Amino acid sequence: MATPVRTRDGGSALSRSASRRSRGEVVFRYASTGAGILLLAIMAAIAVFLIVEAIPALQANKGSFFTDLTWEPNSSQVFGIGALAFGTVISATLALIMAVPVAIGVALFISHYAPRRMAGVLGYVIDLLAAVPSIVYGLWGIAFLVPFMDGPSKFLNEYLGFIPLFGGDLIVGRSMLTASIVLAVMILPIIAAISREVFLQVPRMHEEAALALGATRWEVIKTAVLPFGRPGVISAAMLGLGRAMGETIAVALIFPATFGISLEILTPQGNSIAANIALGFGEATPIGRGALIASGLVLFVITLLVNTGARLIVARRKEFSGAAA
Amino acid sequence: MTTIQRVSPGRRFKDRLVQSLVYLSFAIAVVPLVSVLWMVIKNGLARFDLEFLTHSMRNIGARDAGGGAYHAIVGTLEQVLLASLISVPIGLLTAIYLVEYGQGGRLGRAISFFVDVMTGIPSVVSGLFILAFWILVLGMPFSGFAGALALSILMMPTVVRSAEEMLRLVPNDLREASYALGVPKWRTITKVVLPTAFAGIATGVMLAIARVAGETAPLLLTVFFTDSINTDPFNGPQMGLPLYVFDQAVRPTDTAVDRAWAGALTLILIVMLLNLAARLIGRWRSPARDR
Repeated sequence: MATPVRTRDGGSALSRSASRRSRGEVVFRYASTGAGILLLAIMAAIAVFLIVEAIPALQANKGSFFTDLTWEPNSSQVFGIGALAFGTVISATLALIMAVPVAIGVALFISHYAPRRMAGVLGYVIDLLAAVPSIVYGLWGIAFLVPFMDGPSKFLNEYLGFIPLFGGDLIVGRSMLTASIVLAVMILPIIAAISREVFLQVPRMHEEAALALGATRWEVIKTAVLPFGRPGVISAAMLGLGRAMGETIAVALIFPATFGISLEILTPQGNSIAANIALGFGEATPIGRGALIASGLVLFVITLLVNTGARLIVARRKEFSGAAA
Repeated sequence: MTTIQRVSPGRRFKDRLVQSLVYLSFAIAVVPLVSVLWMVIKNGLARFDLEFLTHSMRNIGARDAGGGAYHAIVGTLEQVLLASLISVPIGLLTAIYLVEYGQGGRLGRAISFFVDVMTGIPSVVSGLFILAFWILVLGMPFSGFAGALALSILMMPTVVRSAEEMLRLVPNDLREASYALGVPKWRTITKVVLPTAFAGIATGVMLAIARVAGETAPLLLTVFFTDSINTDPFNGPQMGLPLYVFDQAVRPTDTAVDRAWAGALTLILIVMLLNLAARLIGRWRSPARDR
């Protein structure tokens, strides 16, 4: 190394080098602090600029933004977030209901059931699911899942049609249910990965104590693993929910893009905020763009709330669990 | 010693039941992966040829055969490179701040919290933000660079998180040894801490790149479409590979759909290569990490 060893009694030479040294230190310190502050500024800027660009459109809106079910900002300038927000929440919730049990099973499989040597490889296989770009899931959805779901949808309607969810007259593959299945596949690896981390953090002592009491593997999981992992799994599910609500292009290809509120998830209806932005952007007038930005702002706020909630649960958990991360 | 009591049939049945449910759920999770990869390979190979990789879509109608994704591949590479050039320095410096300077402080905790929150920003919102800020307020044109800005917003939190984790793995002894030799803090960070954590940080960056390379929604709102080759990311609309797949997929002809599948295959190959590279770098030399 070329850096000479400096001594404390270096006199003037030292003071010069010390000032140079501290200048480098100051620059580096400010650069890194600045980068951190820049991130905070970006978060604030996202909110500010979305609001600024949304205001003109909201003022030109002839309907009510929060309650109207139509979306015609380009022609009649009446638009409301109602139907879109409904579709976003319903599709994401359905995806969550399907993904969470499977994800917990996958996480348990990798952390407690799979042979130790294979666990890493199997975990990687699940991570590959997360690496597939969403547009590819969209393509897979319209080319494979939509035709495939025709049969099962009709089956559900015929035998469980008395449940409003599966009711309706026109049953097709291109429905809210199919979009939710694609979303479920996409959020599964996130939920599984976080749950697996949490399950692996369960103190070995807890599990061995349960084993020593004669517990079977399931009883160990029920008494030691799941109670310890519950907050982690809940926050993982919320992160998955946020991801599902923000997912755009895959559902934009699958959703029939209607504007209405209906719980019949097998009929050709469904839309979401994100999908509507992707599909409507191309032919939007300036007011239309502003309206889409306003809807994006709503999506931003909803996902912000969901994610903040998830993070708060994780943060709280860190304090009392005592498990070294 | 007395013999250990046998597990009662009811408990054993429950244990077995749960075990088979757990195995089943793993099988269910693998089905879509296999199905997706199979469809992409089967349908993608039809048009995955030299012409596809070296030609653009200029003067090629939806009904015409031929055409390719060269313009989209070039666009994606440029956009992702620019996004990395923006987000890696900022992300890395932020991680350094979090680990080396702002530990436990109010600002440090605020940044850490918002980085987590930022991870959850929907990709379409980052696109809308750049649309509102860069294109509508500043009056800039649609360009590859605008797309890179949107992608960098998605990349930053991922880079910060992985770099932070790696910097924390660097043993404190190394830092203290360096301080004991009279090396100032910033030299310690650049000469001791960063080289030690290099492999792990590179892995995180590669994974972040792989993630944003497949993003469509931000490009849709900032890069727009073009069928021609545009190698200048600062001027005029570009194409991106995910955008290309979307564009071709919504055209209702078989030739276009074939191109969409070939594009998807190209995209998956790029993303998987990046993932593989990330894993290899991680395995090549990572400090104190045996997972």
